[in-house]
Amino acid sequence: MEKQFGTVAVKRGLAQKLKGGVIMDVVTPEHAKIAEDAGACAVMALERVPADIRAHGGVARMSDPEVILRIMDAVSVPVMAKCRIGHFVEAQVLEALGVDYIDESEVLTPADEAHHVNKHEFKVPFVCGCRNLGEALRRIGEGAAMIRTKGEAGTGDVVEAVRHARSVLGEIRRLTTMADEELMAYAKEIGAPYELVKETKELGRLPVVNFAAGGLATPADAALMMQLGVDGVFVGSGIFKSGDPARRAKAIVEATTHFRDPNIIAEVSRNLGEPMVGRSVASMPEDELIAGRGW
Amino acid sequence: MAALAAQFDEHEHLLLASPAVARFVVVKRRALEREGYIRVRAELIGGGLLEFSEFWDMGVEADEVRLPRDLRGLDGLIIPGGESTTIGKLAVTYELIDPMRELAQAKPIWGTCAGAIFLSKETHRPQPLLGLMDIVVERNAFGRQVDSFEIDLDIAALTVEGNGQPRPFHAVFIRAPLIESVGPGVEVLAALPSGRIVAARQGNLLATSFHPELTGDDRFHRFFLKLVGGQ
Repeated sequence: MEKQFGTVAVKRGLAQKLKGGVIMDVVTPEHAKIAEDAGACAVMALERVPADIRAHGGVARMSDPEVILRIMDAVSVPVMAKCRIGHFVEAQVLEALGVDYIDESEVLTPADEAHHVNKHEFKVPFVCGCRNLGEALRRIGEGAAMIRTKGEAGTGDVVEAVRHARSVLGEIRRLTTMADEELMAYAKEIGAPYELVKETKELGRLPVVNFAAGGLATPADAALMMQLGVDGVFVGSGIFKSGDPARRAKAIVEATTHFRDPNIIAEVSRNLGEPMVGRSVASMPEDELIAGRGW
Repeated sequence: MAALAAQFDEHEHLLLASPAVARFVVVKRRALEREGYIRVRAELIGGGLLEFSEFWDMGVEADEVRLPRDLRGLDGLIIPGGESTTIGKLAVTYELIDPMRELAQAKPIWGTCAGAIFLSKETHRPQPLLGLMDIVVERNAFGRQVDSFEIDLDIAALTVEGNGQPRPFHAVFIRAPLIESVGPGVEVLAALPSGRIVAARQGNLLATSFHPELTGDDRFHRFFLKLVGGQ
């Protein structure tokens, strides 16, 4: 047998190796080193963290390849990068750069208001955001090898990440109690592929690794998401928009590993300096929310 | 799949613990033998339980280990894939290096991918290592994720686990390391067609640069359990 590249096992497998870890947004090689030194299991290479994308406004696109390449040179952990929803050419560019994972992300301005990228066509694996089980299974149907909750990126408010994780995990719990003859109607109701609904019922979990993202800012936020039942966490603006990024990054890694140990979470949370300022999602006008992007 | 679901029912306490870090796994023997198989109890440091579900079929109970106290009274340790830098940093912070080195004096340790790196004595980069195995490892030896691959390997050491039938082992390499060279006391278990080493054993220590925990084949699991059982 010859070597086989870009297989489902290889794509999903990298996410399985990241389980229990923290993936951090970084905008410079220096950030990337801080993240790696703090114990990040991967970094997300960006031009701007989500909080700055929000503040900046305008159209948010794939980062300058120069930024991504410099970050890839700086660290030995996997490097992820974001493309716009449906922008398969940005995805092709990221694959050509050799990034380890592509995040088809609602944080950037969508390029297609009806379709996501056909991720089966790529050798590089994709992670996609979701708010509920139907959305998660549609993305997996398109070839996503990893799922994350959307939360509300760049806010420092964990409430949406909790809402989306509870939604996905709660729907899976209910699905496991359904009779097999109910699955087709349920698949229709949530707009998900029948075969994936069936597989999820049999496994009692998503067929791919499921991380939390969007609004996590503290070690306790990370441990909260882990206790709710996700496999790991993304932290975006929460680290490099805080007073002491290196220290906070390390504390979030340790709280994620020891997520069931309140004594350790208490210890690592001491004297972390200022958290990111944050904005309450409840106070934000509808048109500023980005989790609704994606179809 | 149905069989997997049935295991979940049987091992509900395991399922609760499973969606966690895939970092360290500990196998603890219950000192019971049943129908020729060792009955073992497994503990994990940080997750990877779900990935090692093959053990459950062998009557292994699994749990997680994250702190030195979790290493007490066990009969073996598995350090599964992940990022070796992350594993090393957490092992230093939570003072696991010395207890693990001590453990290796008496009990088997199996490292897959990042775990194999962590077991090695040299990686050409400054990073915390257990330094237990006399092997030199090249990290990310094949390139980036797009260069990750699957391939069938012929592994003579697994013939007994395959009930005497020599059939290839389907190996998954993900941002995998290579074993560049091995010391005199190290047995090479598997190599790529190019001759480069991807699995090795040194006494009670086992290193695989691929992930037997990501495929359905349990022969490496059985191989390791034999080390645990001292057979």
